[in-house]
Amino acid sequence: MHVHEKPTFESNYTVQGGNFDEAGKVASQIKVILKKLGLQTDVVRKAALVAYESEINIVSYARKGTISISVTPGQVKIETTDEGQGIPDINLAMQEGYSTATSKIREMGFGAGMGLCNIKKFSDHFQITSEIGKGTHLKMIINIENGV
Amino acid sequence: MDLETIATCLNLKVFSGFDQLKTEVLDGYTGDLLSDVMANSKEGDLWMTRQVHQNIIAVASLKDHAGIIMVQGAEPAKDTLEKALKENIPVMGTDLSGFEIAGRIYNLLKEKQDITRIDP
Repeated sequence: MHVHEKPTFESNYTVQGGNFDEAGKVASQIKVILKKLGLQTDVVRKAALVAYESEINIVSYARKGTISISVTPGQVKIETTDEGQGIPDINLAMQEGYSTATSKIREMGFGAGMGLCNIKKFSDHFQITSEIGKGTHLKMIINIENGV
Repeated sequence: MDLETIATCLNLKVFSGFDQLKTEVLDGYTGDLLSDVMANSKEGDLWMTRQVHQNIIAVASLKDHAGIIMVQGAEPAKDTLEKALKENIPVMGTDLSGFEIAGRIYNLLKEKQDITRIDP
């Protein structure tokens, strides 16, 4: 358990919904920081993917959201909270290929119904909760073996 | 094999990343679904896609791709080109289809590795 360990790094980022021009910016910043902290390539790769897909979800489906990251010697924790429409059926949303994306989103190569599945696949721990009309909360943990 | 060699051999147009052409290409990946490319491509890949909008630059940068090739005569959108130039990501283009360019790059990379063995 690394839950009570003091974070070596933590930060919060705001993501604006609908702004595809800036999509991926937070994930890029997170990747640069994790690299500078000297984390293993594999951990950086997983965290960058998880941050990217979470960010794209906020941009695609929410009015705005926050991505927070916390790094301890044992794990990288990424949490996102958004103000948005929420997900009516989480089981359905977790099915690969299921998507409610608009054609505009799909034309850009997003909305293939892979994002949440990939987030789960690349995380060691994944938790999703959602409230209709309010928003969605994601919590992802990526373990760091042998510490930082 | 570096980007410059591939660009020369296959007559690619180079739109950006002019000083990054010595970057070593380790492998390739084709795909237009960004989540697929995020999940399955690797560092050092040369990414072939028909997408031209600016979000591909973030994907290539996050995945540490060697570069991007736009297929089927596609060219980067204005804001894509601006971002690619700013972030120094090599974006190239070909008139060939995704299938043809991927095949040619595959052959170049395999030749380089001197693999003469034919799988059964």
